[in-house]
Amino acid sequence: MQKTSNVRELEQICQKVRRHIVTMITEAKSGHPGGSLSAVEIVTTLFFDVLRHDPANPTWAERDRFILSKGHAAPVLYSVMAECGYTPVETLNSLRTIDSIYQGHPDRRFIPSLEASTGSLGVGLSLGLGMAEAARLDKSPTRVYVVLGDGEIQEGQIWEAAMYGAFHKVDNILAIVDDNLIQLDGWVKDIMALDPLADKWRAFGWHVIEANGNDVTAVQKAYAEAAATKGKPSVFLAHTIKGKGVSFMENNPKFHGMAPTKEECALALKEIG
Amino acid sequence: MAANGKYELKLGAATREAFGNALLELGKENPNVVVCDADLAKSTFTHLFQKSFPERFFSCGIAEANMVSIGAGLAASGKIAFVASFSAFVLNKGFEQLRVTVAYPKVNLKVVGTHSGISIGEDGPSQMSVEDIGLACSLAGFTVISPADEVSCFALVKAAAYLDSPVFIRAGRVKVATIYTADQNFEIGKSIQLTDGKDLTIIAHGMMVAEALKAVDVLAAEGIAVRVIDMHTIKPVDRDAIAKAAAETGAIVVTEEHFTATGLGVRVAQVVAETNPCVMEFHGMGDFYAESGTPEQVLTKFHMNAEAVAATARRAMKRKK
Repeated sequence: MQKTSNVRELEQICQKVRRHIVTMITEAKSGHPGGSLSAVEIVTTLFFDVLRHDPANPTWAERDRFILSKGHAAPVLYSVMAECGYTPVETLNSLRTIDSIYQGHPDRRFIPSLEASTGSLGVGLSLGLGMAEAARLDKSPTRVYVVLGDGEIQEGQIWEAAMYGAFHKVDNILAIVDDNLIQLDGWVKDIMALDPLADKWRAFGWHVIEANGNDVTAVQKAYAEAAATKGKPSVFLAHTIKGKGVSFMENNPKFHGMAPTKEECALALKEIG
Repeated sequence: MAANGKYELKLGAATREAFGNALLELGKENPNVVVCDADLAKSTFTHLFQKSFPERFFSCGIAEANMVSIGAGLAASGKIAFVASFSAFVLNKGFEQLRVTVAYPKVNLKVVGTHSGISIGEDGPSQMSVEDIGLACSLAGFTVISPADEVSCFALVKAAAYLDSPVFIRAGRVKVATIYTADQNFEIGKSIQLTDGKDLTIIAHGMMVAEALKAVDVLAAEGIAVRVIDMHTIKPVDRDAIAKAAAETGAIVVTEEHFTATGLGVRVAQVVAETNPCVMEFHGMGDFYAESGTPEQVLTKFHMNAEAVAATARRAMKRKK
C-alpha cells in the first residue's frame, strides 16, 4: 500500500471508501450506514497516514493496533482495510452473506488481521489498554487506537477503562469518540445525554482533544497532538455528522441501522461523486 | 481394609494458595507470564506474584469486566495472561467480556476464580459461586478445570499456562484434604481413578473428591464397592472414563459443590446417555442459595459432605437392583 499525508489524496480515498460503504450496505440489504459514513475520515486517515502497519506483514509484532469498538461500523473498516490491501476489494459486496469474510460485525476468525472481534458495545477500550500494556512491557513503540461510538460510551465498562488508563498513565493509547450525536433509537441527548462529555473525560484524567472529525486536516492534527502527549492517555472527541456525505442520510437517525434502497444508493453515489 | 486406606486425607493448603504458589513459580520460569487482579490480590494469593514481579502485575481495581478485557488484550498481544478474582465476580460480572473478548475470538486467557462453592462460609451467598462451572462450560472453546487439592491445583495451573486455549480454573477458599503425593501425574482432560469398585462409581470435582473418598469407607462397610473418579477437567470431560464406569459399575453418582442443574453432573449424564445408559444420581446444590455460617456449619446444613454422598449412593444402588 501507498501511505500518504497529502490531504487531497486522503480525501480521494475517503470518497472511494464512502462509495464502498453505500454500495456494500445496499447490496447486503442491511447494515449501519450512518455510523460508518461518520467515521470515514477518522479511519482512512489512520490507516493511510498515521498507523505503523504493513498489510504484507500483518503479524509484525511492533505494529500499531486498531480496534473498531463500535463494531457495527464494520463497512468503514472493511472498505479501508480492503483499500490497504488486507482483503479483496472485489468481494466487499458480499457483506453479511454466508461464508463471506465480511461478517456483520468484525470477526477475527474470518479476517485474522483484525485486532479484535467486536460488535457488543463497550469492550474495545479495555482490550486496547491490555494491548497498550503489553507493548509497554515489551518496550515496543506500538500505539493503540480505539474507535468508540458516542452512544457506546453509555456502557459502564468504558468508564472502568477510563479510570484504568489514567491511573496507570497509559500514554500509548488514543480513544477516538465518533461523536455523531445519534444512536439507534434517536438523538443521544434524548436517550442518555453525555454532556458535558469533554469535562467527563478530563475528570477521569484524560487529555482531551476536540476537532471536526470529518475534516482530514483537523483529524491529522488531532492524531499528532495525541502522539505528542506523554504521561496520560488521550481521547479525541471527533465531532462528526452521522451519515456524512449523503444529504438525506446526514443527521437522520433512520439511517443508523437501515440499508438504502437501490434508488437511494444511486442518488447517494451521485452525491459522493 | 477400607477402600480408601491409601488416602490419609490430611488437611492441606487451600487450592487458592496452591494457585498463588504456581503463579509465582510460573513468573520465575517465564517472563511472559502476566497477572491482572481486581482488588483481591491478598485473597486470591496473586499477591505472591505481585510482590516478586510488580511490573508484570496489573491492578485493575474493583472492575472485573474491565479486568477480563485488559487480560484479553494482553493475551492477544502474546502474553500468558492470568486474570483472577472471586469466582462469583469474575464469572458473573465478566461473563459478557469472557464471551466476546475471549471465547469468540479464541484468545488465550487464563481465568482463575477463587472462593468457589458454598464452603467460603461466613461471607454468604453474594460471594458464593455455585454457577461458575455452568457458565464457564458454556463459553465455546474454554477448558474448565476444578482441582481437588493443593497438589493437583499447583500442577494443573502450571499445565494450563502452557495450554494454547482459554482456560477457567476453579479454586476454593478453605483448606482442603490433600489427596495426592508429589509424584502424581496430572494431564488436562484425563481424569484420575482413585479407588476401584464394581458396584457403583462416584464422580466428583473440587473439594467433593475428598468427601467421596470418605464415603467409600462407609459404603464398603455396607458391602458396596465404590469406584471414585476425580474429574478435575470438566471440559473437555473424560468421556472414556465415564463410558467405562457406566459399563463396568452400572451406576454413577456425581457430587459437586455447585448447582446440580448446570454442573459436572449433567455433562456426565450426556456422555452416559450417548454411551452406556445406567442408573445415575446427582448430588450438589439444589435450586436455591445457601447462607452464612462457619464453613463446616454451612457444609453440614446444605448436606455437602460424605454422609450425603453416601446417602445418594444408596439411592442409586436401590434403583440399580
